[in-house]
Amino acid sequence: MSTGTTKLDVVVSDVVPVNDLVTRFHFRRRDGELLPTFSGGAHVVVEMRDGERTRLNPYSLMGSPLDTREYTISVRRDDVGRGGSLFMHRHVKPGLEMVISYPVNLFSLDLRAKKHLMLAGGIGITPFMAQTAQLAGEGGNFELHYTCRTASLGTYADVLRERYDRRVRLYHDDRDERIDLDRLLSTQPLGTHLYVCGPAGMINWVRDRAAALGWPSEAVHFEHFAAPQPGLPFDVTLAVSGKTIRVGSQQSLLEAIEAAGVDPPYLCRGGVCGQCETNVISYDGKFIHNDHWLSEEDHRSGCKIMPCVSRFEGKSLVLER
Amino acid sequence: MAAKSIISRPVYGTLSPQPGKHHLFIADAEGALAISEMAAKAPAGFFDDAEIVFIPGPDGKHIAALESLGPAQFHQAPSFASLLPRLKQTLSNAHMGLRLYLSGTEGLIGQAMQVALEAGIDHTSMQTEHRGSLARRMQCVHCKGITENVTTQPATCSHCGLLLLVRDHYSRRLAAFQGVCINAEDRSEIPPMEEAFP
Repeated sequence: MSTGTTKLDVVVSDVVPVNDLVTRFHFRRRDGELLPTFSGGAHVVVEMRDGERTRLNPYSLMGSPLDTREYTISVRRDDVGRGGSLFMHRHVKPGLEMVISYPVNLFSLDLRAKKHLMLAGGIGITPFMAQTAQLAGEGGNFELHYTCRTASLGTYADVLRERYDRRVRLYHDDRDERIDLDRLLSTQPLGTHLYVCGPAGMINWVRDRAAALGWPSEAVHFEHFAAPQPGLPFDVTLAVSGKTIRVGSQQSLLEAIEAAGVDPPYLCRGGVCGQCETNVISYDGKFIHNDHWLSEEDHRSGCKIMPCVSRFEGKSLVLER
Repeated sequence: MAAKSIISRPVYGTLSPQPGKHHLFIADAEGALAISEMAAKAPAGFFDDAEIVFIPGPDGKHIAALESLGPAQFHQAPSFASLLPRLKQTLSNAHMGLRLYLSGTEGLIGQAMQVALEAGIDHTSMQTEHRGSLARRMQCVHCKGITENVTTQPATCSHCGLLLLVRDHYSRRLAAFQGVCINAEDRSEIPPMEEAFP
């Protein structure tokens, strides 16, 4: 059960290949009404009905928040992932009726900021598409630094340069262009907020350098949806509902709990929002924590798990669910 | 020590050295002691990138102690109003990596915080430590006038003369506690005035 959100019945209004890896999907409401308002950084959870299986993947909304006739998402194809992005690329065509969640924003702009400094890596550009559109409409002060592997994989780099010119700076891995991060972070005016979205390694690097250079954590915002990682199958006892279930190697613990007819709360399904946090009653084995929500202390304690992205290996696991 | 009551009533911590490129200290009177005590825990060379702005109390103490910490800049001011233009200038030219440390009376911490908030520093990322008097800066909610150094409960508004209950309800935007008329129904009812914020 997605906490506090209602579902939206939508139809795919367009499917646009952007480059070798990324395809953009447009959704409109089936009843022709406007979609709900959202703010830059929001995501929706897309329900994918793939035969017997239902996948629920979060994607950032990348259109302008000023236009709610349609929502747009961009999906990077992951050939070794669990299949959600491949399903989107192969099976989602214009005219397909789909269900998506209401938008939820866990990566919103802090509009008290004097300036917004944005750092994107790869497909992490998508929330910034919406945020820059929002800020540009309000005359906001922003600067975007975007790292991509090659110019041809620099998704929307051309659009962003066209729209915002020198407010956008590009870095290409294949040309060995690197952000001079310490210099960038040390020359920002007081009151700047930092936003980072990209691979986990990039997020950790930026957060560590910002902290070392005296950026208070209140001014550092990040979003990384961890895709649930495949792993060894494991058995779990759900103490409250009195069920014992098996989590398949390609299934997340949250998906296995849902498949057993138990309806835990969730929002992001990417280890970020904290909604599905679950207490551990007992365990014999080791946790594989993949979330950004629990503290390191929580991870070590063995008392909590985020079933959307984290797994378990061992003899037994009993959850309060 | 300021006690926790309602959520808007500010609570203060203990100054501790933060990672950063520059460190700006603003203190009055006994707030100097908070800086000296923190200095004992600070890494070597910490004050090479520090500026201390100090408003001495009437006894004029602690100036030499602060200078002996060897800050890059030491500035002494007779009042908060007199250092305000300089503080605004410093903050408007500052970069991320500047850390702010406020210590001393609530009035000083609150007013410095008000300027820093406008400069874009989140209040939770400022280091604060309360030292000295509990006297309050109070806004009369009726005439909007600010009365400084309120020590009694109730207190008289220095602008409109109403007798006010000094609430714990605090405004960071105004840097003042809210004062509400204590005898609006019957002005002849005068509750006894007691020393509440020594």
